[in-house]
Amino acid sequence: MEKRVVFRSAWLPYVLVAPQIVITILFFFWPAVQAVWFSFQLQDAFGLKTQFVGLQNFTALFKDGNYLESFKVTALFSVLVAFSGLAVSLLFATMADRVVRGALAYKTLLIWPYAVAPAIAGVLWAFLFAPSIGIVTYVLKGMGVDWNWIIKGDQAMLLVVIASVWKQISYNFLFFFAGLQSIPKSLIEAAAIDGAGPLRRFWTIVFPLLSPTTFFLLVVNIVYAFFDTFGVIDATTQGGPGQATNILVYKVYHDGVKAADLGGSSAQSVILMVIVIALTVVQFRFVERRVQY
Amino acid sequence: MVENRPWLNFLAHAVLIAGVLAVAFPLYVTFVASTLSFKEIMQVPMPLLPGSHLVENYSQVLSGGTTTGSKAAVSHMLVNSLVMALAIPLGKITISIIASFAIVYFRFPLRMFFFWMIFVTLMLPVEVRIIPTLQVITDLKMNNTYAGLTIPLIASATATFLFRQFFMTVPDELAEAARVDGAGPMRFFWDVLMPLSKTTMAALFVIQFIYGWNQYLWPLLVATDESMYTTVIGIKRMIVGSDAANEWNLIMATAILAMLPPALVVVLMQKWFVKGLVETEK
Repeated sequence: MEKRVVFRSAWLPYVLVAPQIVITILFFFWPAVQAVWFSFQLQDAFGLKTQFVGLQNFTALFKDGNYLESFKVTALFSVLVAFSGLAVSLLFATMADRVVRGALAYKTLLIWPYAVAPAIAGVLWAFLFAPSIGIVTYVLKGMGVDWNWIIKGDQAMLLVVIASVWKQISYNFLFFFAGLQSIPKSLIEAAAIDGAGPLRRFWTIVFPLLSPTTFFLLVVNIVYAFFDTFGVIDATTQGGPGQATNILVYKVYHDGVKAADLGGSSAQSVILMVIVIALTVVQFRFVERRVQY
Repeated sequence: MVENRPWLNFLAHAVLIAGVLAVAFPLYVTFVASTLSFKEIMQVPMPLLPGSHLVENYSQVLSGGTTTGSKAAVSHMLVNSLVMALAIPLGKITISIIASFAIVYFRFPLRMFFFWMIFVTLMLPVEVRIIPTLQVITDLKMNNTYAGLTIPLIASATATFLFRQFFMTVPDELAEAARVDGAGPMRFFWDVLMPLSKTTMAALFVIQFIYGWNQYLWPLLVATDESMYTTVIGIKRMIVGSDAANEWNLIMATAILAMLPPALVVVLMQKWFVKGLVETEK
């Protein structure tokens, strides 16, 4: 799509795009190119000499048990965050779509966690689940559960999943709610006249018609779990205990900033870049298809 | 509603009320915790009704942070957060609207090249280029400055797309009429496009305000000096160790202060917020 009417100037358009382009080159392209370049190099312990080592950093990574473990942790984490987040939000959205009174009030009360920073969400839930003083820990102890996420890996994972899902419910809810409202009521009425009950109508009509929204949200939630949950992890478990919640993004940060392993961290960055590119392509191909509907 | 099923209506309300309560529960406990004394909060279980130390705790964190963790004053962090939350949306909107104006309303060599360059930034989040970007910041001596905290975050593919999409829907007759009347491109931009873009700008502003306020990884890397901490970073620095060492009452007071401004923006500007959220994802 192009405009028929355009203005003419030899210099003005360049001036107008310049700020955006300068920032893009300086803080996006140049660092990204450097990340790729660093990933082929090995730095000595004092950071004085660097040596070109080709793919050695990458082969080292894939032989490193911790890195492979981090892949598994990330996969588990994002699947848990995406699926439980979508399931809970879809339930709420379906119910909110049904109620006549108070839908707006429910909506307002469900969307505010969007405003909470992931790191703060982590802190809130870490406090509720604090091993000695947490209020939820107290209830769990009463039920006979020995709760201590500081030393138990699966509980630490559960904590970061809950905090991440809690923050993301509002977003999923809004998109599901909008999706539900756009489904023609006549379809559902026709099914009701044919004698289909609410559950059957949901699974045979509503859910399939909602699938573009669901797929879109699935991609968004996986991206969220991969990247935006850095704050949740850093404010609560910091990847621990052991490697139990050490997701890829946290490992890049830890190895690069805390452990100062330039080559290894850059190689991890490059692998993450490939993952983001793949996810973005999936997202855009889907969006293009949605436009055609 | 398709048919009247009283039990189903009841179930719907029950599920929603349970949901609202579950979502609000952490907020409630946080608020209660922020009104208790250190001694009260250390009880197991902690009281679930607000205590009497609200003013004391909040004035303590606003003026002097915690005593065991970071001692930086939260009032100053709130200012830093506000600078980020205002500078990022304003910067993003400014550079994106002029860039998309150039891309839509002019024909010039490298036009599509620039467009794709901006597009590709979508695939390069901070997380995949942490160390080299930090290196650039250090080379430019932008560590611990407001410029370093905000400028690298204002490049935006989504905002540029959004304005481009909007400009495509503006009727060509308007530009034609402006030209016939002898208005130059910048005159057309200021007097026609800017007023028409108001709603798009408002929606973007609300979303980006929250984005700027909630930044975490970037200030963690750039703001190493106490005086540059944002509120979200400040909370992290207040947590120093085991449960007994953390002054949870003060940490929770800071958490409330950190959540309040963006939450108010979401609730009070709900219309713009929803519009912005839906449109930036297209």
